[in-house]
Amino acid sequence: MSEILVLVDHVDGDVKKVTFELLTLARSLGAPAAVWAGPGYSDSAKARLAEYGAEKIYVAAADEIGDYVAAPKAEVLAHLVAERSPAAVFLAATGEGKEVAGRLAIKTDSGVIADAVGVGEGFVAEQSIFGGGVNVHSRVTRGIPIITVRPNSTAPVAAAGAGAEEKVEVALSDAARAARIVERVVQEKGGRPELTEAAIVVSGGRGVGSGENFAIIEKLADSLGAAVGASRAATDAGWYPHQFQVGQTGKTVSPQLYIAAGISGAIQHRAGMQTSKTIVVINKDAEAPLFEVADYGVVGDLFQIVPQLTEEIEKRK
Amino acid sequence: MNIVVCVKQVPDTATERKLRSDDKTLDRDAADGVVNELDEYAVEEALRLKEAHGGEVTVLSMGPAKTTETIRKALAMGADKAVHLHDDALHGSDALGTSYAVSQALKKIGFDLVILGSESTDARTGMLAAMLAERLGAPQLTLASKVEVEGTAIRVERITDYGYDKVEASLPAVVSVVEKINEPRYPSFKGIMAAKKKPVETLGIADADIAADQVGLANSWSEVVDFAAAPPRAAGTVIKDEGDGGARAAEFLASKKFI
Repeated sequence: MSEILVLVDHVDGDVKKVTFELLTLARSLGAPAAVWAGPGYSDSAKARLAEYGAEKIYVAAADEIGDYVAAPKAEVLAHLVAERSPAAVFLAATGEGKEVAGRLAIKTDSGVIADAVGVGEGFVAEQSIFGGGVNVHSRVTRGIPIITVRPNSTAPVAAAGAGAEEKVEVALSDAARAARIVERVVQEKGGRPELTEAAIVVSGGRGVGSGENFAIIEKLADSLGAAVGASRAATDAGWYPHQFQVGQTGKTVSPQLYIAAGISGAIQHRAGMQTSKTIVVINKDAEAPLFEVADYGVVGDLFQIVPQLTEEIEKRK
Repeated sequence: MNIVVCVKQVPDTATERKLRSDDKTLDRDAADGVVNELDEYAVEEALRLKEAHGGEVTVLSMGPAKTTETIRKALAMGADKAVHLHDDALHGSDALGTSYAVSQALKKIGFDLVILGSESTDARTGMLAAMLAERLGAPQLTLASKVEVEGTAIRVERITDYGYDKVEASLPAVVSVVEKINEPRYPSFKGIMAAKKKPVETLGIADADIAADQVGLANSWSEVVDFAAAPPRAAGTVIKDEGDGGARAAEFLASKKFI
């Protein structure tokens, strides 16, 4: 079977869940080969990649790969594309994943598809565009398909692969060393999962009314092991930090369960969450447009409903 | 400092957006064209850098004839002049073709700093700035929530999933900005009037040394196979809270095995 390169998404050696989703997807279309770029590679990372089906693991572990923005990873992948002629390259549709994909596309004279929610036979990708209003099938017609896949669009399933390790040495170009990362600042998330990776997201909007009131959203999230999100109205008002904004100009999430409290559901917000599998909406306004996409909706006061829901969940644990 | 800010005209997100049935490209007539929201932050940041360091702000926009509305808006905010990259041969260019055409125009204009919004609200690839950096061999300072220039040194804070990275480079560079880096100004009446007199140069592909076989729908590196309106989600259950709304929502979550 032909090889599909999967760029491993990791932070300081910690492999992120989306990598296992990409390996699972790659397994359905070819032989997955994980590509590790940057420092932090370890036996436990190797074991995890093999557990999810990596037949090969290409390891480019030079420290300097992690020292610069995006470009070194694109050079590692371009080197492997030239040497191995893979059938396709899959990357996570994250900020950096898309940038690496874009640079790789130019280096390899190949087409690139952004933010696929599925990939089928012939590497035809499915995309959900215009805030979830239109579904598109698209494919690369020149070069090899480079496809970025939205986190949470494939359920990761373990299936052992050989995990044959191969070291890769790539001499970085001067251009790849142009934007140097001098410091990484990790901001506290309160021990919650990352927004774009979380299986469950609980979001609050204008109806929450204040920053202090977000505590009830956080309590509900914590009872479910969920990430916390916010609508633009809430982040614009300064009630919740901007990096937690879900929507057209914020993060796109696609969790198993999305709970929205006090969010009316303008297109701005729907664009960021409409591909969630199950949607629960709590809002005092029965006419709120978000009820149109709700699997379950409760019309009423979120300050009554959310704490009661949290209490019920705690009781059932 | 010679700053070029790239802006894109996009269909208003508040209206229904469509693809054309004939060539499967964006239907630009179906919705009002507006300035891509994130590009307004890019224009504002360009103006602030100019105000702090001197120089000139040039607006660069690629698109059909009506893109001039978007160009005038950026000029009304305070940019000095504009270049409109406009040629029928550019219609239907994908991200690779667009990045090639825009990079050729940038080479022609010349720049110390290129600033863009981090993504457009229509295509949402989030790739253009990285692709421009690749094509121009310039440092990629993308997803910036803060930009500082000192002489030829440039520092940004780059938003990441875990927080942010502090990134340094030397000019010339390509920067993309995220929402909330600043508060874009509204064009004043004086600004709107002045914008009408500011120079707008139109470049065709030959003017910018753009090879015709690298742009346009027929030369794209990818194609839309088919598309359809997303099927409406199956109607859910909506109840009115009678004092037990939270408990009933919990029942629903339990029925779906979330708890």
